Amino acid sequence: MTLIDTDRPPQVPAKEWRARKPALLIDGDHDLCPGCGEPIALRSLLEVIEEIGWADRALAAVGIGCYTALTGLLDVDMVQALHGRAPSLATGIKRMRPDRLVFTLQGDGDMVNEGLQEVLHSAARGEAITCVLLNNGVFGETGGHMTATTVLGQRTKNTLSGRDAKYHGHPISMTDLLTPLGGVSYVARGTVTTARDVEKTRRYLRRALEAQIAGAGFSFVEILTMCPTGWFIPVTEGPGYLNETIAPVFHTGEFKVEGMVQ
Amino acid sequence: MTRKFVEGSEAIVEAAILAGCRFFAGYPMTPFTEVLDNMAAKMPEAGGVCINAESELEAIGMTWGALATGARAATGSVGQGLSLMQESFSEITRAELPLVVFNMARGQSDYYQSTRGGGHGDYFHIVLCPIDVHEAVEHVQLAFHLADLWRNPVQIYGDYLLAHTAEAVELERIAYGDLPPKDWALSGDLNGTGRSRNINSIGMFKGAKGIQPEQFWKRLQAKFEDIKIKEPRHEAEFLEDADYVVTAFGTTAKFVRHVVREMRAEGRRIGYIRPVTLWPFPSQAYIDCAKSARGIGVFELNGGQMIDDVRLSVLGAAPVEALGGISSDESGFGIGPLLNTETIRTILEEAYVRATGAKAMGAGR
Repeated sequence: MTLIDTDRPPQVPAKEWRARKPALLIDGDHDLCPGCGEPIALRSLLEVIEEIGWADRALAAVGIGCYTALTGLLDVDMVQALHGRAPSLATGIKRMRPDRLVFTLQGDGDMVNEGLQEVLHSAARGEAITCVLLNNGVFGETGGHMTATTVLGQRTKNTLSGRDAKYHGHPISMTDLLTPLGGVSYVARGTVTTARDVEKTRRYLRRALEAQIAGAGFSFVEILTMCPTGWFIPVTEGPGYLNETIAPVFHTGEFKVEGMVQ
Repeated sequence: MTRKFVEGSEAIVEAAILAGCRFFAGYPMTPFTEVLDNMAAKMPEAGGVCINAESELEAIGMTWGALATGARAATGSVGQGLSLMQESFSEITRAELPLVVFNMARGQSDYYQSTRGGGHGDYFHIVLCPIDVHEAVEHVQLAFHLADLWRNPVQIYGDYLLAHTAEAVELERIAYGDLPPKDWALSGDLNGTGRSRNINSIGMFKGAKGIQPEQFWKRLQAKFEDIKIKEPRHEAEFLEDADYVVTAFGTTAKFVRHVVREMRAEGRRIGYIRPVTLWPFPSQAYIDCAKSARGIGVFELNGGQMIDDVRLSVLGAAPVEALGGISSDESGFGIGPLLNTETIRTILEEAYVRATGAKAMGAGR
């Protein structure tokens, strides 16, 4: 498909695109909150898999977080992993089915708190899998608790006065950890706060999956997602809060392309 | 016939490859290490994969993923490593994946861990406990068959002696019959049809909101009840007229069986039972012998674990006593002074005399 030109108004009404349901999405209700960024990220991923022609050969290992409540609508063969373990499961899947497109879905609590070992070792082994991190800086499912990516100063249920480096430690950036590792071919971070950013994120996802198909090694896309419920702010303020408090700490863009640090 | 003189570790790996195992992931730990060594050496030439995982947590995670594709896959460790794997064991069991686990335990103190689940939730593993390398070759192949048949994990409970004793064994593929097709395995062919698969432990279904754990877990319990009826296995000798019965499991049972045969030859009316499956426990064999025997002695090298299953089987119909105990040398790998036929002979003789009122043998013995 062609990229949307965001410098000029669209020539075709946007509703034409919105009205089209991705082939890998089941229509139905879900339990995610208003203003959540995860459905946009997941829909983008499904669209990209379809666009590159791998819809009938995609397999997933899914972690545990709010997005798990949406997996009933993701019409892709998947295995439900334990918290943190998805890259290990994806390793086993890919080694037995190298002809398939294998990806993981994990949140920041799942990947960066409990699953840091799994993702780092899978990356260093150069497993030909694509790991997708949905990072909102909180444990959304439990109601907004601090994770390893909560930015300094951010208020959560267990950092009531804001995350204090001296008491709670510093946030961890996955792109910083993964980029220098041998075996890693592609690393990027995007957001889903604006149409333009969604389009960029879709491009990152496409490049990550294409790196896997090319057999280039491990690929990684982090997507910053809004969590107004877990941030204790009104729904409409989610994108603004993300852009003003989280994106300045976790920079967006491509950090490694075709094995080359950018 | 291919007869090879090999250590248990190598025989187990050869049998696994014969059974079609094509994925293995593990982390070294004595006395399991040589199973991993042999897997790493032999799996590539068999067209399979063996990964040196970064921990036991990841070894079981990788195996979980391989199983989800329908491949025959296994992991293993010792009881300590299995402790780390318990969370995944529970999920894999309730997700109905046919895992095989090689537990080269440090002795007999992990009976509870193997037979009681060990992780969260309502689940059981089938546990095969070979007496020697010869039987292990059969058990390993049976394990892959039972795992696929029941879509349930099967553990081989071995130990240092099993892993490191060399025996001449026949390495031939054993045919156990047809199995249902693995139409549950991930392949992507159902993607986009509304019927794609979600392999999970809590009753999540595509197109549905929320989870349906109750009906999902009730079905699993019905399966466990079925396994309890169909899969108990045991070995027994001299039970017909036994006044006293002694029972033991695993490699320890080989010492006990030898002593019981000696005592029989000398006229003692002593019998022997060995559970081949630790779960499901072969309770009926114990119920039957409790009708006539004056006592049952449980010789196990731990603080008293299998004795619970024997007592739960006979429900007071015969006295059940512990004859073994904790026994270990400096290695901590489960070989101690009690694992000695002369010592066992003395213990069984005393127990026999105590239970039956028979006259003690001459002091010369």
